[in-house]
Amino acid sequence: MNPDSKNFYEVARGLTSWLFTTDHKRIGILYLICVMTFFVIAALLGITIRLELFSSNSEAGGSLLGGGEIYNRILTLHGVIMIFLFIIPAIPGVFGNFFLPIMIGAEDVSFPRINLLSWYCYIIGAALALFAILSGAIDTGWTFYVPYSAKTGANLILPLSAAYMLGWSSILTGINFIVTVHRLRAKEMKMFRMPLFVWASYATGWIQVIATPVVGITLILLLLERFLGIGIFDPTKGGDPILYQHMFWIYSHPAVYVMVLPAMGVVSEIIPTFSRKTIFGYSFIAWSTMAIAAIGSLVWAHHMFTSGMADESRILFSFLTFFVAVPSAVKIFNWLATMYKGSIHLEPPMIFGLIFVLLFSIGGFTGLMNGTLSIDIHIHDTAFVVGHFHYTMFGGVGVMFFGALLYWFPKMFGRNYNKKIIYLCGFLFFVGFNMLYGTMKWLGIQGMPRRYADYVPEYEFWNRVATVGSWVMVGGLFLMIFHLLYSVFKGSKAEDNPWEGTTLEWQTTSPPPLVNFNEPPQIPEKPYDYPEEVKS
Amino acid sequence: MSEDKSEHIMPVIGYVGIWLCLIFLTGVTVAVSFVDMQNLTLFTALFVATIKSTLVLLYFMHLRHDQPIIFYMILACLGSYAVFVILTYSDYLYR
Repeated sequence: MNPDSKNFYEVARGLTSWLFTTDHKRIGILYLICVMTFFVIAALLGITIRLELFSSNSEAGGSLLGGGEIYNRILTLHGVIMIFLFIIPAIPGVFGNFFLPIMIGAEDVSFPRINLLSWYCYIIGAALALFAILSGAIDTGWTFYVPYSAKTGANLILPLSAAYMLGWSSILTGINFIVTVHRLRAKEMKMFRMPLFVWASYATGWIQVIATPVVGITLILLLLERFLGIGIFDPTKGGDPILYQHMFWIYSHPAVYVMVLPAMGVVSEIIPTFSRKTIFGYSFIAWSTMAIAAIGSLVWAHHMFTSGMADESRILFSFLTFFVAVPSAVKIFNWLATMYKGSIHLEPPMIFGLIFVLLFSIGGFTGLMNGTLSIDIHIHDTAFVVGHFHYTMFGGVGVMFFGALLYWFPKMFGRNYNKKIIYLCGFLFFVGFNMLYGTMKWLGIQGMPRRYADYVPEYEFWNRVATVGSWVMVGGLFLMIFHLLYSVFKGSKAEDNPWEGTTLEWQTTSPPPLVNFNEPPQIPEKPYDYPEEVKS
Repeated sequence: MSEDKSEHIMPVIGYVGIWLCLIFLTGVTVAVSFVDMQNLTLFTALFVATIKSTLVLLYFMHLRHDQPIIFYMILACLGSYAVFVILTYSDYLYR
């Protein structure tokens, strides 16, 4: 390596060098700043929700927030920010942008300007969404279900435009990743030599490109229904309101896989690296990634079991839902088999990888319960579903966002963090998380409904456990965020390959130069091929 | 990527011919809407629209002359669309 070469931070200075950059690494950092900001805001809103639920209002003598309307708005704000502005763009936007080109030996993505446009679409969409919610425009919930959304007097142009812009951002990122993988791989980087994070980003790109336009079309149809009364969702004109739900979930269920596949890709990087062992069943994991993308697109109507669909169709979708568990289980078993007889190093990213495997497995199993038609009728719209969702999305994607940040932090910023502080944060997070969401599952089975600002006094004890859990969990997370922020500026200098990783990003400097590599990288025959001396 | 000044795969007159075909097929769609064909009306309109979009894909978007991978990618999108429609229809068929 040439020690005199400038890293990508040093080649240009000033605000405009960031706002008009086409460097994929800088765009990744821009996403990081945004998603972390939105995460902190949404987490504080989540804490506020839990404070309201600390006591039953009849016991406490009144509502903390002064009524259900404010609670509903905070609940909507928490959900919209976490889903659209944090979880969906987090891993592809930050780590996909930063590392996908490096991991395949490319200098940048295929369409650098479109990459920047994608970030601007995200920012515009975020601004519209926040303005819409804060100005009180949304009274439909985030799903915009008809017939209410077709008739409400609230101005839905703003939130629908926001969803549209965020969808464009997602599509542009997806197109960029697909084309980059096909066109810009280094010569020796065959498809089945690619790191599994690249495979995950590639599969995610396909879902983004195929499924996102469906929700765009749905939202346009909703506007046409509202302003022109075309009747496509109106039974009095031959339309069908359940068609809206079908079209909405055709996108919004695969969107779950847009969130979780990149997280699984990160796990597939971390576990072989910290087991110092070639990943078990590389091609199975790669194909299972594509299988999740494909099968996950066929199961949307399990969100609609109580909507009035045909029984035969409900049985069909329940049946199909079970198939998603197969490729998901392939991954879990392959990760466990990778660790078997490995030289396991319990570094902070590995701790988060293990937390993911445990929490996501719990979330996956409870997902099968939701997908079982008979059980779903009982637990539909209860706190159980909220618990399940947070185990998969927060325990899965959220955990791996931080796992990825811990794994690639030395590469992105050229700095180290204090591992002891991160271990403490991980412990607090794990304990608090299970106190919070484990109890939600229990409360849901007992019948506590979701989305309500109040509950009967019988549920109060477990709600208090959950609220205390939220303080422990968020305390751990915020401590980690502030420590990492501190480490960006004050951390000790990182080595080029502190984890002994074998993928290409570890062959370049920390942080990388503008063109990613000072010397052409050596492409290994297998992405996780550890020599014997490293294994021992 | 090389600065490939892509040579015209087909002469301009060919594009004009395709454009005229599209105009003609649009006329067919409009004309058919005035004929009472019962259940076949929608089918005919979709059939003509399929021919038109195929022409656009093959010639204006150069799918006919591009690498097979691009063809497979578009096939994947069309296949997904077909599956979405069929699975949604399973609800309407039995409701």
